[in-house]
Amino acid sequence: MIQTIASVGLPIDEPLMIRKNRLMPDNRLNGKEKRISVVTGTHGDELEGQYVCYELQRRIRESYSCLTGIVDIYPALNPLGIDSLTRGIPGFDLDMNRLFPGAQNGSMPEYIASQIIADLSGSDAVIDIHASNIFLEEIPQVRINELSKGTLIPLAKKLNVDYIWVHSAATVLESTLAYSLNMIGTPTLVVEMGVGMRIAKKFGDQLVDGIFALMKELGIWSGEVGEPKEPIISDDGEVMFINAGSSGVFLPAVEHWKNVRVGDHIGDILNPLTGEINETITAQADGIVFTLREYPIVSEGSLIARILV
Amino acid sequence: MEEKTLFELGSVYRENMRIKAYTFGKGEHSACVVGATRGNEVQQVYMCSKLIAIFEQLEKKGKISGGKSVMVIPCVNPHSMNIGKRFWSADNTDINRMFPGYNLGETTQRIADGVFRHINDYEYGIQFASFYLQGSFIPHVRMMKTENEYAELAKDFGLPYVYRRRAKPYDTTTLNYNWQIWGTKAFSIYTNATDSIDDDSAAEAVNAVLTFLNKRGIIRYHCHEGYLSRLIEGHVLVNVKAETPGFFVRYADVNARVREGELLAEITDPYTGRVLDQVISPVNGIVFFHASQPVIYSNTSLYRIIPSDDLV
Repeated sequence: MIQTIASVGLPIDEPLMIRKNRLMPDNRLNGKEKRISVVTGTHGDELEGQYVCYELQRRIRESYSCLTGIVDIYPALNPLGIDSLTRGIPGFDLDMNRLFPGAQNGSMPEYIASQIIADLSGSDAVIDIHASNIFLEEIPQVRINELSKGTLIPLAKKLNVDYIWVHSAATVLESTLAYSLNMIGTPTLVVEMGVGMRIAKKFGDQLVDGIFALMKELGIWSGEVGEPKEPIISDDGEVMFINAGSSGVFLPAVEHWKNVRVGDHIGDILNPLTGEINETITAQADGIVFTLREYPIVSEGSLIARILV
Repeated sequence: MEEKTLFELGSVYRENMRIKAYTFGKGEHSACVVGATRGNEVQQVYMCSKLIAIFEQLEKKGKISGGKSVMVIPCVNPHSMNIGKRFWSADNTDINRMFPGYNLGETTQRIADGVFRHINDYEYGIQFASFYLQGSFIPHVRMMKTENEYAELAKDFGLPYVYRRRAKPYDTTTLNYNWQIWGTKAFSIYTNATDSIDDDSAAEAVNAVLTFLNKRGIIRYHCHEGYLSRLIEGHVLVNVKAETPGFFVRYADVNARVREGELLAEITDPYTGRVLDQVISPVNGIVFFHASQPVIYSNTSLYRIIPSDDLV
């Protein structure tokens, strides 16, 4: 059942609509069903969640009788952004994930944000799917604010991801969808995987397996599910950042999600005008590369990789 | 006048980006003025250029007070300004959401750090800022309500209003907020232009800065001292939103005295020209802000009105 949870008139003959599809058991509702919400498309250049939304529904429909709770799927919190290849909200140049919890009487983006919060509130779990950005590739992971780790880690372990990153609290992150929902008691897991403007089907399939495992745990799915993989769990202290020290063209020498040792060659920053290497980047610690630069052009400071040490 | 490059960012495809500062007088770090942090803040750079020209004259005449110095940074983001883009040219991040910065972090964090490390010990910090919505304001000093703000001091700018609002989480990485945290008395000045030049409001803002610095004993510059500012709290403003989308035909401008029931604007159908909605003032008051885009979404904030029943 497709529902519109927020609608705003655009100037020329078009409404902006935030829509969800609700899947629920046929004729067996007792009002006590658990609800899982899958949201994505907050950033218009992050597309991994689009396949997840499709595949989740396809598998549910294949075995619809196994559905014992409510599944709400929101493929596009920022539909104008997805449609126009724009990360933020077109027309405002705002990062939608810095507007929550929004305001009913605020500007158009704030109003939409408040409607989204109101609709998601009360879910037994929310999966907020992101896809890094166009610059970086990520292995499937869940990111959890340390303030909510007690509630969220047990849920995240069901999601079949490779890694759970418990990060420190930052005031600026209090404007995110996940923080806002967690603070009102709606458990929300942020998934990061893949790279912007692309879809990695294998990552999507991996996450969908995990969503079914979580649904089973919550009593929303009675069908068979696979055993979720055991994720690595770490905090900030175990994550090493590698940033570019010069501008140029980054050419990686390592593969994503592979082990490296101190001194291993991570990649080079090339100068196409002079034909020289501006910078050779090596690992400063033993670990595994869980974030790797995808977009080749870099400036001083551009993130090249993150290593889980 | 001393010209200095505070920060330089290397580039393979363009000239290196240099953030320049102009310092007048010698001695304690008394006041710092920052112009554009976004690439479309043309008015903000323009106002800095006017200030620099005046400071140069004042310095030659010995009117920068002894033991005091003033620094002006016209533009923190020249690379974006040169391509007409509001945010950072490569990754679209907002430098004014990166303070206090981090010298080992991402590019815009490094830019923020490269500036902030030079300006975090000034006694007064003044930023020429802009709003994310397209529109015009009554020129005012804006400040966030923290434990460190100085609303009464802000009245020394002599602008009509000092606007104070509660800081939101996303404000905590702005220049203004971090200045306050580091002990600088920080003020943001808003005029009614961003990506175009409005000479009248630019002159008003420049005069406000000079008035303030004169009252603080940093320069000697006597001109008209402006208004007896009124402090208004953000939550007091009445927000008038569009009920329907379409062409925005505005009748009431900023500074207009409006009465409850008065027609402020009309929304017309973009195809047929029919009036779809009449925007009516819900209160007696003064127009503090109006949107200026020709076509608007529904739920868009069109006006912000300072309520006042004292109008006769």
